Amino acid sequence: MMLAGTIYLSFFGAAALMLLPARQARCARPLALLTALGGLACALAALVGRWSQIEPGALRDITNAPWIGELGIRFHLAADGISLTLVLLTGIAAVTGILFSWNIETRPREFFALYMALIGGVYGVFLSFDLFLLFVFYEIAIIPKYFLIAIWGSTRREYGAMKLALYSFAGSAMVLVGLIAAYVVAGAKTFDLVELAKYPFPAEFQSWAFLLVFVGFAILAGLWPFHTWAPTGHVAAPTGASMLLAGVVMKLGAYGALRVAMTLFPLGLHRWQHLIAALAVVGIVYGAAVALTQRDFKFVIGYSSVSHMGFVLLGLMTLTQIGLTGATLQMFSHGIIAGLLFAVVGRMIYDRAHTRDLNELGAFRLGKAMPFAAIVFVLAASASMGLPGFSGFIAEMQTLIGAWRVFPGLTVLAAVGILIGVAFLWRAQTKAFFPEGGSPAPGTHLAAITLPEKIGALTLLSTTILIGLYPRLLLDLIASAFQSPLMQPIWKGTLS
Amino acid sequence: MTTLPLLTGLIALPLAGGIALLLTKPAQEKLARAIGLATSLLALLIVGVIWSGFDRTSGGMQWVEQAAWAPSIGIEYHLGVDGISLLMLLLTTLLVPFSLLASWKISRQPKLYFALTLFLESGLLGTFTALNFIHWFLFWELSLIPAFFLIKIWGGPKAGAAAFQFFLYTMVGSVALLVAFLAIYAATNTFDFGQLAGLAAHGEIFGAHQRLAGAIFLAALLGFAVKVPLLPFHSWLPAAYAEAPTGASMLLTGAMSKMGVYGFLRILLPIFPEQMRAAQTPLLWLAVATIVFPAAAAFAQRDLKRMVAYSSINHLGYCLLGIIAATRLTPGGMDFTNEKAAALNGVVLQMFSHGLTAAALFYFVGLIEERAGGLRCLHDFGGLRQVAPVFCGLMGITVFASLGLPGLGGFVGEFLIFKGALPLASWAAAIATLGLLFTAIFLLTILQRVFAGPLPGKWSHWRDLSAAERWCVAPVIGLIFILGILPQAVLDVTNPTVLHLLQQF
Amino acid sequence: MSYFDLFKALIPEAIITGIALCLLAVDLAALRPQSMSVRLRWCGGMAILGCASAIGWMLLQPAQLQAGMLAIGPLTQWIKLSLLILTAFIAVISFSARFTVHVGEYFALLLFATVGLMLLVSADNFLLIFLALELLSISLYALTAFHKNRLASAEAALKYYLFGSVAAAFTLFGISLLYGVTGEIQLSGINAHLSAGHQEPIFYIALVMTLAGFAFKLAAAPFHFWAPDVYEGAPTPIAAYIASASKVGSFFVVARILWTAFPGARGGASAPGWMPVLVVLAVISMTLGNLAALMQRKVSRLLAYSAVAHGAYAVLALLAAPQQGLPSLLFYVITYALTALGAFAVVGVIEASGGRAELKDFAGFSRRAPLLAFCLLVFMLSLAGIPPLAGFFGKFYVFTAAAEATPRLSLLWLVILAVATSAVSLYYYLQILKQVYAAAPLEHLVWSPPARSSQWAIVLLAGTIIVLGCFPSLLLTRIAAVLSAHPF
Repeated sequence: MMLAGTIYLSFFGAAALMLLPARQARCARPLALLTALGGLACALAALVGRWSQIEPGALRDITNAPWIGELGIRFHLAADGISLTLVLLTGIAAVTGILFSWNIETRPREFFALYMALIGGVYGVFLSFDLFLLFVFYEIAIIPKYFLIAIWGSTRREYGAMKLALYSFAGSAMVLVGLIAAYVVAGAKTFDLVELAKYPFPAEFQSWAFLLVFVGFAILAGLWPFHTWAPTGHVAAPTGASMLLAGVVMKLGAYGALRVAMTLFPLGLHRWQHLIAALAVVGIVYGAAVALTQRDFKFVIGYSSVSHMGFVLLGLMTLTQIGLTGATLQMFSHGIIAGLLFAVVGRMIYDRAHTRDLNELGAFRLGKAMPFAAIVFVLAASASMGLPGFSGFIAEMQTLIGAWRVFPGLTVLAAVGILIGVAFLWRAQTKAFFPEGGSPAPGTHLAAITLPEKIGALTLLSTTILIGLYPRLLLDLIASAFQSPLMQPIWKGTLS
Repeated sequence: MTTLPLLTGLIALPLAGGIALLLTKPAQEKLARAIGLATSLLALLIVGVIWSGFDRTSGGMQWVEQAAWAPSIGIEYHLGVDGISLLMLLLTTLLVPFSLLASWKISRQPKLYFALTLFLESGLLGTFTALNFIHWFLFWELSLIPAFFLIKIWGGPKAGAAAFQFFLYTMVGSVALLVAFLAIYAATNTFDFGQLAGLAAHGEIFGAHQRLAGAIFLAALLGFAVKVPLLPFHSWLPAAYAEAPTGASMLLTGAMSKMGVYGFLRILLPIFPEQMRAAQTPLLWLAVATIVFPAAAAFAQRDLKRMVAYSSINHLGYCLLGIIAATRLTPGGMDFTNEKAAALNGVVLQMFSHGLTAAALFYFVGLIEERAGGLRCLHDFGGLRQVAPVFCGLMGITVFASLGLPGLGGFVGEFLIFKGALPLASWAAAIATLGLLFTAIFLLTILQRVFAGPLPGKWSHWRDLSAAERWCVAPVIGLIFILGILPQAVLDVTNPTVLHLLQQF
Repeated sequence: MSYFDLFKALIPEAIITGIALCLLAVDLAALRPQSMSVRLRWCGGMAILGCASAIGWMLLQPAQLQAGMLAIGPLTQWIKLSLLILTAFIAVISFSARFTVHVGEYFALLLFATVGLMLLVSADNFLLIFLALELLSISLYALTAFHKNRLASAEAALKYYLFGSVAAAFTLFGISLLYGVTGEIQLSGINAHLSAGHQEPIFYIALVMTLAGFAFKLAAAPFHFWAPDVYEGAPTPIAAYIASASKVGSFFVVARILWTAFPGARGGASAPGWMPVLVVLAVISMTLGNLAALMQRKVSRLLAYSAVAHGAYAVLALLAAPQQGLPSLLFYVITYALTALGAFAVVGVIEASGGRAELKDFAGFSRRAPLLAFCLLVFMLSLAGIPPLAGFFGKFYVFTAAAEATPRLSLLWLVILAVATSAVSLYYYLQILKQVYAAAPLEHLVWSPPARSSQWAIVLLAGTIIVLGCFPSLLLTRIAAVLSAHPF
């Protein structure tokens, strides 16, 4: 029950922010922070509650009431370990995103109202078990993104925003067709995921329906070659929105692909498994390689997101317990780490130096001018590289183990992707923070790092280290979810 | 045996000390230094306790700590020491206070420097005690970060490039290693070294990917070969050692390079015995190359630090020679156990003594550099013996220990290695003796160029070793002597472990 | 059945007609000397009163008549009710009209058009349908030309008239052929004739002719050419009327013709019948409407093309089986009408401030009128089909119904096309919203806040769209109730 509070609270916050009188615009930030904290508290409370009485594979209903009876649509909220993990991620990303948006001065009420609406939609997707409801929340998350970028963004913001909106909408159109087709074919007058998953769809139908729905969702997860919205969108977005984009919105796609496409159409899944795994690996290597050549710091991080989301998709395609667990943990881990990287680049550096060009940043001697930012970035980059001790390591490790069992050749390529990942992060880090030679540009004074930034950075850092050192906190939760009856179709006809 | 988790305490101690000294106020640099030194000495004390409580008759793991960590993916908190680990722990905890004392007067951000050194110690201690791959890998990688920053921030003018090269080489090796172990895990569902060694004895670690066994082995080998380094993966080393600040060079060569050799002993030998045997001949060639070429290359160097760095590669080459020779499958029932045991004991002893002597050499070179105001070219010096006799004497002892003079630390190790390797791999050992000769020649060249000959006028006011410096280096020199005269004290600890190791393949 | 019963059943239409005549008289006799705003208020108020009393009568005295030319039942009553509500909204947003001095005539014509619509939805006879259609059309031709100072208005009216008369000729020709073939002009009679198995080839010609005439009314491509000009040229409330009430009535009557007169001539994807005709209309309309809308710079033209596309989606519902098709069609067209009405109302506000309703005139609208801007956001997103707004559920329902229409998903390709073009449409709706929210306000436009009444109307419409989007059952249960009583 606590969990549904995350959704209601966020939308309530959005509405309250919208209705806030103009002269009280100062209250917008604290109000947004408060609602986001409330959401996080709900998620944590649910986690703690569940932690004490864990039962493997349980799917817990939160609400299940009729909504649109004519079409058998129900307001069905529920949660399992996967949902819970991602809800927790959303909570953390929401709170830290607000902390890193503390310097928004133009139209703060609208900014935070849209922000909270986006968060509410994301929570909704992670908790919906009625496909119609899930789709509704999924779409709700698209529109605020457009405005957040188009109004408060930077470089080519209108282009980036429109591209992102259209890609998302195209993806959701594919999903919509798949959902309608599944509804009609099953003929059971229900959109309930648990019910539909029991229906044996004909193999031929599954084959194309899976592809349609999976790719539709995976567009948002940055599946190569449909990833191009991601870098431009990330670059154009204001910091808080970039953090949400990389942190949770890309997870929406991966989550939908797992929750809907893979659960409903397992036969289709088996048919396309290898193709999608190959695309995922191409994404891993391509994203990393392109990141290596970028001059704009944010593009580096943007492409790195494409690369890391490739691991999520690769893990999903392994269809092994360890690979799927790894993929889910990678969603969490990447959400935290990418958020942190965007926070450093977008908020700490760009808002002060007003440039993100790696060649120009050298002149600021950021390593000396902003030691805090430098240390946070180095740690975040280490986490992103997959160094042990950080959450990314555990996640990518599991993914690779799972992948090795199924596609050994692709796994080696993915490992090469990791190496390129080290290289591009290294390059960006050296150019921006520790340039060789030269003297500091005269007269550049960069404002000190503020308290909200410090709190946000430390929260994210400690989360990734905590999960890296004690992954059981989430692993047991995730692993048990894959044993649930709902997930059983995935395993059919696979090893282990 | 005690239930006290001494090993966890040992690993956590430098970490805690490092954090504590970072938290001191900016004005309290002295306090910070004192905390650092005290922490490192305390760690040494704990190792002393473990040493004294160590059961010298058993070759198995002692002081074992084991707890679930992330069981669903085979990660366990698993610590333990055997003779080899124990010696490495002792080496590390000895070198850290030595290195801290050597860097006592460092002026730029001393707190951070001391903290990073302690973090590095933590990483090293963790690497030498972890018995679960992931647990071990965590420390293996974590030791990399402080080392990188030590080179990067306090290093010489080309430190950036050197640190990058160092990091990148090691990272490539690490990823290869990781992939290898993930592949093994995919087949066996365990990361535990002990269990893996047991499975390897039955050839079961590759599961369905038997035909990829060679590739997996090569990937794992790459990880260690870079770290040791084995030719041709050594090119990062001279630059990194030369650019690093003295204290860091001491730790890099003294302790970190041992991580690679330790990996050979702890991981490659027990887990890949078949593959090691299969690859013996090419590996022997590489080991010989690692001995001979760096020794020859050292001739061409004029930079003291680079010369010492090359000598370091050369000395680790002997370790590899011993290890690889010991993998030989003994045909026709001939029992070579004694030779193999000798070789491996020699390897362990060589690791220990090289750690001490190389660190001491870097210390002396660092002192020369400091006094000469940054100059460390061979041609810049001469005749220093006249003004700094104590300096000359102590450094001379170290150099002789390094080139293996009987009675000093280096001799016993090298002797045992050759004793074992000659019957096992005669041709390789024979060529390797050439390396001994080269080593002797270029090390003596250093002594001659720096201390003999005419004294340049600008060095007439050269300071001899101060009392503090003498006290600093005295324990190490003492240990070099003890090791040369009483190697039995160390061999008692290592021999059961080596025999235990030999039983496994 | 006596004439009195017949009259009782037609009392709502009689009320509206009576009020329209009164309006003319009152305006002529009493209101001429008054100022424009007073006249607008009085006349508009009377029109709203007329609508309200007709609604009240229908609610109090539900009529049931199934004989002769008229077929009145709960369903038609309900449709008329919606039409009257829409008309009342049009009257409200006309309060701030500045385009004419002939206030009485304006509202009277509006009411006459509404009477036409009401008769149209009650008719069960081709002749009456044609007469009602002409009443509606002729009123609308005149209303379109009401913007006397604007050349575009006259041009639009002329185009509307020319295209309309040709279309009417087509319809009449089709009807006469039908009569020739079947000897019937009663809808149910034609069905009886068809079910008896008489289907000559000429019947299909008649069918296509009739449908072509209605396709003009629905602005389905390729019969849509009048729409952009009329939407642009006509006074904004009239454009809103054409887009909303007229659409609802026309779709309803087309559905009624297809499902009562020609259910047997449905045909299949390949078999002859009206289904292939509708499929062709839908494909052309959704593609052309959405693509053409991408290039528009004037919001009214953009809305016209979007109306073409939305018409195509409604046609999808006609393809479905009546059990699913009719409720989805009704939900869709009614929510669409509300949305379009709201959108035009906001366009009217912009035009009243001196803009020409070009895209750039919307720049910075959110800074000037946050509330209205939010309402526009709701309308646009609802048109684009974004949940949780009514437009989304409408589309969803229609698409589901169309996918279910045929066994083995053979119409799914059409649904895919519809969803895809709908995704394209987001682009141009966002173009408007981008101006509203992201662009800086233009300096040369003097912002004059709209009349409070139209502001309330807009807010009410936006609220309805949100509520119906979140709880579509509110409307669906009503539709289900009237359908279960007596379809058609």
